[in-house]
Amino acid sequence: MELLRVEKLSLNLNGRQILKDLSLSVKSGTIHSILGPNAAGKSSLAYVLIGCCDYNPQSGKIYFLGEDITGYPTQKRAKIGMTLAWQEPARFEGLTVKDYISVGIKENKPGLVEESLYRVLLEPKDYLDREVDKTLSGGERKRIELAAVFAMRPRLVILDEPDSGIDILALDNIVNMIKELRSQGTTVLLITHREEVAEIADKTSLMCSGFIVEEGTPEEVGKYFKEKCIPCPTHLYPAEKDKEKNKGKK
Amino acid sequence: MMQDYKYMLDAYEEAGGNPEAFKNSKVAHLVIHQNKVIGKHLVEGLDLKPKETASGIDIHLIVRKGTIIKYPVHLCFGVLPKEGIQEINIRARVEDDSEIKLLAHCVFPNAVRVVHKMNADIEVGNNSYYEYNEVHFHGFEGGVEVIPKAKIRVGNNSRLVTNFSLLKGRVGYFDLDYESEILDNSSLEMTVKIYGYSDDRIKIKEVGRLIGESSRGLIKSRVVVKDDAQSEIINELVASAKNARGHVDCIEVIQGNAKARAIPIVNVTHELAKVTHEAVIGRVSKKQIETLMARGLEEEKAIDLVVSGMLK
Repeated sequence: MELLRVEKLSLNLNGRQILKDLSLSVKSGTIHSILGPNAAGKSSLAYVLIGCCDYNPQSGKIYFLGEDITGYPTQKRAKIGMTLAWQEPARFEGLTVKDYISVGIKENKPGLVEESLYRVLLEPKDYLDREVDKTLSGGERKRIELAAVFAMRPRLVILDEPDSGIDILALDNIVNMIKELRSQGTTVLLITHREEVAEIADKTSLMCSGFIVEEGTPEEVGKYFKEKCIPCPTHLYPAEKDKEKNKGKK
Repeated sequence: MMQDYKYMLDAYEEAGGNPEAFKNSKVAHLVIHQNKVIGKHLVEGLDLKPKETASGIDIHLIVRKGTIIKYPVHLCFGVLPKEGIQEINIRARVEDDSEIKLLAHCVFPNAVRVVHKMNADIEVGNNSYYEYNEVHFHGFEGGVEVIPKAKIRVGNNSRLVTNFSLLKGRVGYFDLDYESEILDNSSLEMTVKIYGYSDDRIKIKEVGRLIGESSRGLIKSRVVVKDDAQSEIINELVASAKNARGHVDCIEVIQGNAKARAIPIVNVTHELAKVTHEAVIGRVSKKQIETLMARGLEEEKAIDLVVSGMLK
């Protein structure tokens, strides 16, 4: 079943075309990774999908479970089951980890906050009463963001570079948690520029210069990425050219 | 007087205080309504002498050398009628090797024209700890003028902590002026948290002088103003001794037509001293709001959560 469908989405910010007629289909219950180099527009896509106020697309549609949500504000998208874990999560002075994670919890399940902290290898007794402020390291803050998503149990989570700022030892744990999100019924749209993380996906879309240039299994897209994108000095033009070529063929 | 005492404790509870503390024989307390002492209890090692004056109370407080006051001393100052004046003059001396923590609640629940002035002169000895927490609860008329002034001197190897919060009810007119100086290996932490709205006026001036070697200082302000409220914060840290370190941290959030001004002053006169500062004025961060909205909170609730966290 298709959970998310994006049709010909275009985004222009300050005179720069960030997304160009981007289309995407994400199936329910899958991990769908968006792979691409820096400045490909991956994070902008995430902000458009969650409805951030400065990211209103000029054209295109977003459907969630068949419902057109293009004009929905962020909180309405969250209420129907979408959320986003930011690449660099915000800090909140005076707000405890417990309160922060509790914000998104809909079900009345005792111990869910603690359980979600365990999932990201954080000891609840050490973290529940700490503030989500600058006293947390970047890695700790990211794990708390993932714990909050886990506790929220959304239908779809967009994870924007969950692997950045995470040490190599914790990376396995983050990968396992993403898989667990899927097994608890959450569909994951995983944004990354690391192939080894994209590998866990059921499907991968390769993004370059604001549109999807290739889709397939992680292996197929990884091969394309290595052959076409890595040799490209800018990571941009060959992929764009291919896209243009493919347009003609289709 | 019994009636006033009951009303004062009701207001105290509404301000967030726990009135049970006034029944506990281990906890020293002092309750003052306008210029009358209506409740007092002392503990060993604490010398507290209140003297009624025409417009308020003079308080002489001494913590004897080597005394550790285990439980916070509870103070409750208030004016219950709509109009009145209360001038509190405090002279406090914390002798060497001693510790005291004071928790003062100032309550003006019905104020339409009330003036509350406090002049404190505090001396903290060596190897000592002095903490003064002041919580205000005002009514919703905005008719309160609060003018607290303090001069604090801290000896060697000691610690000074002051926390002022005015988060319930209208601020009215507020003009705080605290000045402290600390000697070798001592530290000061001065924090003010205020929420102003309507046409409230807030002026804060906090000065810390790190004159002792390896002294430490932190001056922190968190102010939220909305509607037509205005705030001005002057935070000054002076470091004039070897290895003195300080930081000024000021955040003001404005909403609606409110206006906010922050003037951080850092003054370093020793090459081995260092003071840093940060001041932020603006609306609540969009990213913070959108993060909470992405968890399902409405925008208003998201802003409230961010602001209440900041002022907590």
